[in-house]
Amino acid sequence: MLDQPLIKVILLVGIVGVTILLTRSTAGARHQAVRRLLLVGFVLLAAMAILFPPLLTQVAQTVGVGRGADLLLYGLTITFLGYVAASYRRMRQLEQQNTVLARHIALSDAIRPRPGSTNGSAHDPR
Amino acid sequence: MSLTPPVAGPIADAWLVIPLFNEATVIGEVIAGARETFPHIVCVDDASTDGSGRAAREAGAVVVTHPFNLGQGAALQTGIDYVLRATDAQYVVTFDADGQHRVEDAAAMVERAREEEAAIVFGSRFLDGRTKPGLLRRIILKGAVWITNQQTGLRLSDAHNGLRVIRRDAAEHLDLEQNRMAHATEIVLQLARTRLPWVEHPVLIVYTDYSRAKGQSLMNSINILIDTIVK
Repeated sequence: MLDQPLIKVILLVGIVGVTILLTRSTAGARHQAVRRLLLVGFVLLAAMAILFPPLLTQVAQTVGVGRGADLLLYGLTITFLGYVAASYRRMRQLEQQNTVLARHIALSDAIRPRPGSTNGSAHDPR
Repeated sequence: MSLTPPVAGPIADAWLVIPLFNEATVIGEVIAGARETFPHIVCVDDASTDGSGRAAREAGAVVVTHPFNLGQGAALQTGIDYVLRATDAQYVVTFDADGQHRVEDAAAMVERAREEEAAIVFGSRFLDGRTKPGLLRRIILKGAVWITNQQTGLRLSDAHNGLRVIRRDAAEHLDLEQNRMAHATEIVLQLARTRLPWVEHPVLIVYTDYSRAKGQSLMNSINILIDTIVK
């Protein structure tokens, strides 16, 4: 358990850091709770994998993958794709909010020109 | 062109909505030409960097300015929102800034909406043989028509045509979320959902070297396709 202590410490510290970053973001309460539970599971699994590397290989072999490292790569690929999908959705959402906000500003300026604004001449719409 | 009867006098109860992005060289002329028939024009300046907004204002249009570039679909929606909120116009006419649409077609379409009590009049360049889009452009446009028809259940002959007349009650149903070019399919879809009566009207698209250079490239039609499928 204590051979190669350096890399194990580095990886554990990294996981703790990511954990803190992820739990600090805010969202809906239920959504957040689910995410936190998943995160706790992930942390435990990651810590186990670091402390007992053969365990990962054993798990890999039970699911029919040669090495533990391969299993990690596959897991990472799936996670990455999930991340891409989630961030695309989030981007669209932000874009939409941005558009609504920008449109509101543009229309407010045009319909009720601010004094001194060069925007939207005093053209009275009918 | 004897197809479009001359329209007497200006059309006061329709507003032209022109999305505008970097068309400074032509926009003044386009608005000046259109104002003889349509005294009310709103230009949505999508954060142009070449002074297009000023040119449009000098030509006599109301200019609504986006604080940053959002895309043609967003500009169209902003213009429609302006007409609905700030005026009591009966008809919204969507019109392109690059001068490829003819004012007499727009006027004839408003007349047709009035006469046939149609809530939506779609301009179509494929109802007669006047418009010559070129082979590649024709293939792309026909592909777009096919996809739009599959998605909307309408049977249109032209999909990505920026010239449309939309009656107020139909325009109130519009909420375009496709900021970029895929709005052309989205607008048909949302108008189809209103179940209001619609017609297609033959129009002539004037392909100039300018509008050709500004027009949609083949690569961008791939973007539009993906935007249309992946919402």
